[in-house]
Amino acid sequence: MINSGDTAWVLISSALVMLMTPGLAFFYGGMVRRKNILGVLMQCFIILCVLSLQWVLFGYSLSFHPGNGFWGGFGWLGLKGVGLEPYADYAGTIPHQAFMIFQAMFAIITPALIIGAFAERMKFSAFLVFTLLWATFVYDPVCHWVWGMGGWLRNLGALDFAGGTVVHINAGIAALVTAIVIGRRKNLEHNAPAPHNLPFIVLGTALLWFGWFGFNAGSALAANGLAVNAFVVTNTAAAAAGLSWALIEWIHNGKPTMFGAASGAVAGLVAITPAAGFVSVVPAIAIGILVSVFCFIAVSLIKPKLGYDDSLDAFGVHCVGGIWGALATGLFASKAVNAAGNDGLFFGNPKQFLIQLSAVTVTLIYSFIVTFVIYKLVDFIFGMRVSEKEELIGLDLTQHRERAYTILE
Amino acid sequence: MKLIIAIIQPYKLEEVKEELYKQEVNLITVSEVLGHGRQKGVTEVYRGAKETGNLLRKVRLEIAVNDNFVEPTIKAIIKGAKTGETGDGKIFVLDLKECVRIRTEERGSLAIG
Repeated sequence: MINSGDTAWVLISSALVMLMTPGLAFFYGGMVRRKNILGVLMQCFIILCVLSLQWVLFGYSLSFHPGNGFWGGFGWLGLKGVGLEPYADYAGTIPHQAFMIFQAMFAIITPALIIGAFAERMKFSAFLVFTLLWATFVYDPVCHWVWGMGGWLRNLGALDFAGGTVVHINAGIAALVTAIVIGRRKNLEHNAPAPHNLPFIVLGTALLWFGWFGFNAGSALAANGLAVNAFVVTNTAAAAAGLSWALIEWIHNGKPTMFGAASGAVAGLVAITPAAGFVSVVPAIAIGILVSVFCFIAVSLIKPKLGYDDSLDAFGVHCVGGIWGALATGLFASKAVNAAGNDGLFFGNPKQFLIQLSAVTVTLIYSFIVTFVIYKLVDFIFGMRVSEKEELIGLDLTQHRERAYTILE
Repeated sequence: MKLIIAIIQPYKLEEVKEELYKQEVNLITVSEVLGHGRQKGVTEVYRGAKETGNLLRKVRLEIAVNDNFVEPTIKAIIKGAKTGETGDGKIFVLDLKECVRIRTEERGSLAIG
């Protein structure tokens, strides 16, 4: 039975999540040098175009058709059989296509997250091929494992409310792989490039925070109490993490920064994502405060020491924050919040923590290996990295023949 | 004392700075300028409309040096900025009459470094 309130909420949530990809574009775009901002905006925007098509043509079928444990198969190619009646195994009160388009927005933003790792140096043509392959061979299978009917991690009992493993760990570890394989940007040693537009970063953060209400509360797939719980803990965790990051900087570096507070808020949103439908407010505060500690260590201490150039910290925020969120779900989950979930370690069920740990590990290993293979393949055929001269001139002019800003009219 | 003004390709700034530091020339002023030489820039296209032959972005360096630093400075700029293609830029060397360090009111050679 279609419920009009539920359908309205899921459609609005889909639109909210759609806005996150352009929001992410500004979040990342503000961080790069001004010669590369259009490159970043374009990469995010074209993902919105390409993966919207991939999803309705075959991505949704690979991910959500009830196939075997590992992939969904071709049963719903071109949305054949995905109609306007509910599909009760996923959501019984909204049209099947509403569920499909909501999930489309997740499939779009996930590969966009990886952009942060190889920003300012990837060839646009190779990027397109890499992204399409990654969505098809990494995102779609992992999505099926965790959320699809018959998916083996779903059957194992792993809890991932809105995409901690599927979205953030998955994209975050892919980010680390690409950052390492593509290599460091030129001239980083004496002159670490400063973000060219901090207000864009804040604008992007605001759009992400706003859109994340659709991401998490929309994942209830109904306009109900669970959606409200997800909404409240999402806002709470983001707030706690934004404040926490700023305080860490204040203690560690002497001044709190706008960039830090924004980074913290995003880390908090990442961490609460898998937990949003399973934890209550006080654990959400703990999740938020601690995620900034872990991500700050990853970004400010570990990254410089190891020397990989994850330019915009896609790994440091999304993978590290995502792992913490997935594990924290195994600690703080409570059946009092969501009877369909499970209790975590702190509620007397240590087994859930181990299940979460195995889901995290499996996702890390699978995404790491397949991302590496796809990268090497595309690199072999097309060449992933722009020439040194193109990198110095910037992606805007060399990849797109346009520039973002003028000096004189 | 000389004032060296160099117009170079923007993307060569980092390399030129590196070369200047190697010669212990640390005091430079950098600005972004527009100019017109023989070179055509990277063609920009906006909704199909090509923009060529416009003013091109360049970087302008100003470096005041004592006489014994003139040649090393020129060589460093060439080393960092030269590609051999049209558009590499130019170096101008001007006589510098006076130089005053505001903080100490020192003048001349003393004030320059």
